[in-house]
Amino acid sequence: MKLKKLLSKIFASVLILSVCAGCVQQTNSVSETEGSALDETTLNVYTALEDDQIAEYLKGFKERFPEVKVNITRDSTGIITAKLLAEKDNPQADVVWALSAANLLVLDSHDMLAPYAPKEIDKILPEFKDSTQTPKWVGIDAWETAILVNKEVLESKGITDIPTSYEDLTDPQYKGLIAMPNPASSGTGTLTVNGILTLYGEEKGWEYLDRLHENVAAYLHSGSAPAKNAAKGEYGIGISFGYRCIKSAKDLGDNGVVVFPEEGSGWDLEANCLIKRPEGEKEIAKKFLDWAIEDEQIQKYSVNYPIVATGIGDQIPEGYAVNPVDQLIKEIDLKWCADNRDRILAEWTARYDGKSE
Amino acid sequence: MKKKMAYTGQDYFKLVLLACLLFTFFVFLVMPLLMLFGKAFFDQSGTFVWFDQFITYFRSSNMLRSLCNTIEIAFISTFISVGTAFFFSFCLSRKDISFKRELKTSAMLPMFAPSMLFGMSLIYLLGNKGVLTQIGLQIPVYGKIGIVIAEAIYCFPIALMIIEVAFSAADNRLYEAADTLGASALRKMMTVTLPSVKYGLINAFFICFTYSFTDFGAPSVVGGNFNVLATDIYKQVIGQQNFNMGAVVGIFMMITTVISFIVNRVTSAKQTSAISSKSIPYKIKPHKFSDRIATLFCCIVSLTIVSFFLISLYGSLVSSWPYNLKLTLEHYDFTKIAAGTGLDALKQSIKVSCLVAVFGSLIAFITAYLIEKITVFPKIRKLLYFLSIAPTAIPGTVIGLSFILFFNPKSFAIPYTDWSIINSFNVLYGTTLILIVVNIVHYFSVPFVTASTSLKRLDSEFESVSDSLSVPFYKTFLKITLPMSVSALMEMATYYFMNSMITVSAVIFLYTPVTKLASIVILNINDAGDDAQAAALCMMIVMINMVVRFIYDIVHKRVMQKHQAWMVR
Repeated sequence: MKLKKLLSKIFASVLILSVCAGCVQQTNSVSETEGSALDETTLNVYTALEDDQIAEYLKGFKERFPEVKVNITRDSTGIITAKLLAEKDNPQADVVWALSAANLLVLDSHDMLAPYAPKEIDKILPEFKDSTQTPKWVGIDAWETAILVNKEVLESKGITDIPTSYEDLTDPQYKGLIAMPNPASSGTGTLTVNGILTLYGEEKGWEYLDRLHENVAAYLHSGSAPAKNAAKGEYGIGISFGYRCIKSAKDLGDNGVVVFPEEGSGWDLEANCLIKRPEGEKEIAKKFLDWAIEDEQIQKYSVNYPIVATGIGDQIPEGYAVNPVDQLIKEIDLKWCADNRDRILAEWTARYDGKSE
Repeated sequence: MKKKMAYTGQDYFKLVLLACLLFTFFVFLVMPLLMLFGKAFFDQSGTFVWFDQFITYFRSSNMLRSLCNTIEIAFISTFISVGTAFFFSFCLSRKDISFKRELKTSAMLPMFAPSMLFGMSLIYLLGNKGVLTQIGLQIPVYGKIGIVIAEAIYCFPIALMIIEVAFSAADNRLYEAADTLGASALRKMMTVTLPSVKYGLINAFFICFTYSFTDFGAPSVVGGNFNVLATDIYKQVIGQQNFNMGAVVGIFMMITTVISFIVNRVTSAKQTSAISSKSIPYKIKPHKFSDRIATLFCCIVSLTIVSFFLISLYGSLVSSWPYNLKLTLEHYDFTKIAAGTGLDALKQSIKVSCLVAVFGSLIAFITAYLIEKITVFPKIRKLLYFLSIAPTAIPGTVIGLSFILFFNPKSFAIPYTDWSIINSFNVLYGTTLILIVVNIVHYFSVPFVTASTSLKRLDSEFESVSDSLSVPFYKTFLKITLPMSVSALMEMATYYFMNSMITVSAVIFLYTPVTKLASIVILNINDAGDDAQAAALCMMIVMINMVVRFIYDIVHKRVMQKHQAWMVR
């Protein structure tokens, strides 16, 4: 049976070919190409900033370093964090720009951050940076829970009361009218849940979220989606964050009301860091971090977020509460949030994920 | 005694070609899928855990519910679209109605659009501020109902195409006989029409089922609190970076599609030719009343489909739906969306789709040629045939996931040793090339079947004559087979192009910020709540696909005329 023999030969050769072409055997200690020059003309930036902010913020950097190709990977906080964690052994990002500080602490617990002190580090307030000698992360601003109410939608359902607190949101009259970000994917969702668990204590906090769940129409992917959808009338009330609520409220005119909950807002810092790379970190990555806290940049951040890392900006953006710092829930401990992140998200997912988009 | 086979030099050349193709399939289909299966038996830390992951899956009520959800919506939407397509096709082929061409063209529109569009349109039509909601039609569109409607529309053109072919093979003699015997319209339907299109219906049913079972776009837009398998894989892999659980969900998804695939093949194998040389084409007999009802029905279907396109077009053209209806083109400035990468993504999509169209069609054609026109090495050809039609049964998300699992690691550790195998295919990871390859593999089967059918129609004499004149087979291939198959090649290229423009499921795990495609941008900005920009980008894709299809139609007509002129001579 020559044919059969031939066939089996072919099959064997295909297999061998694939082994030869595809793989070379070596010991487990795969030697990295060390000392080879790093590519300083590309910079991989991971960020959770809003799309409309990135274009505005990044202009200055592109003008100063026109030869550098900046690759932006943007997604919601949870997704970016998950991506960074997954790439732990083979990091793709050079720097992280404006990601939740609580999540940077999670990355730090996996020893993924390279310490670096940007040039103008001294002007950053101590609460806004890592407490070690050479900080591993540096905050740029803070963002906080806010609620956008679409009066037109509420009125069309015959509701005239505008909720002003977390407690109000559980009022049965708002059933099916509320959209909230999913904390598993959204940083705004996480900080809101953290805020509530801090305010009420864990046990009471989950009880509150159970009650809120009764009124929630949908948990959305990102922190801005609830406000944007409330502005389009899909939902009457969108739990979101200050910047987005104020921006979307403008689209609504008189019908848009931004509410900062009476009990206080959950908050987190947007912070930058350098990602530890086996082959060493790029100079351009460090220059990026220097640039990211220059006065001109901080000024740009303060246009959107009233609380920036150098203190409260000179002018408070319109639409914000008079003193935005007083609005924040003082007791929130970012370290606690980072340590308990996995547990809280797992608990949340088990309880409410059936309603997530 | 078995005759001794003597292989010529040409045969060995053919063998090398076959081996190359087999190797390609091995690397880009078999190995990635094996990786996926393997991954399901390990936990996240890499310990072998037998069936623990599967047990976890079954213990989680949320996940089990998505499995049921997915089966449920796939069944309902398949019944709706196959049923509608059946009557639509029936009306077009058996009834005397006007504007047939326009009706059919409009029914085919959903082929041009990413499935996200139907979800977005549904929200514009039936969301809390939808056009129809405003005039009093209250349908809870987020969730089951929304997904079912979106999938039914998404699947409609595919169902229609398959059933139409079945209807075109009618034998008028049967209807004449039925009339002579005085059969009622209903009886004719049950005893003549239905049996003659039975296999078309079954085929359409299974293909639509697989489409809606595996679709990712529509549920991600309009799913609301209703989880399905495709979005579950995404949540596991992207949201939690749990590739192992993603693999488990992928396997559950594949079990269903593979069963559907097998049942479909078994039933269609029984199909015998419905028409013979004595058959007479169906003659339409005008019947005023039923013709009017048929016209009405077809118009309603067409208008529904067209309205799904018009509403998103309108939504993309107004300043801010629903409060500010000033017309504007601002949402079409793609340099403003996705941190300024929108336009690049659109260009990237076009580039990838063109390359997929060219190389995909060529590879599919060569594969089909080697299987159809070569007489030696039957077993290898059979294996190659199986690998060529297998992608129909594999969901896009599963292919995408198995691609990261196979191409991302820099090396694979060999268990119980200190050794590992360096993965030199890793260089593909994160490139544009991997997006091209994944699309070629994912959509391989349809162009392959198109090529096979077209090659079967070509007389095998060409090969035997050139053989006896000892013309090398590749010369015959290049000078005769390829030029005569131009029309099939164009059809294949068009199919590849349009699908690569609209696909999300296969590429969602494989893109990088540099290689991002327009369909991914649509998904991302829709997640962030920018519906108008998402709709605008969808419309761009639809328009590009329509232009490509239009060019195809014109060129195809030319080629056919030329072809026919040659036949007459």
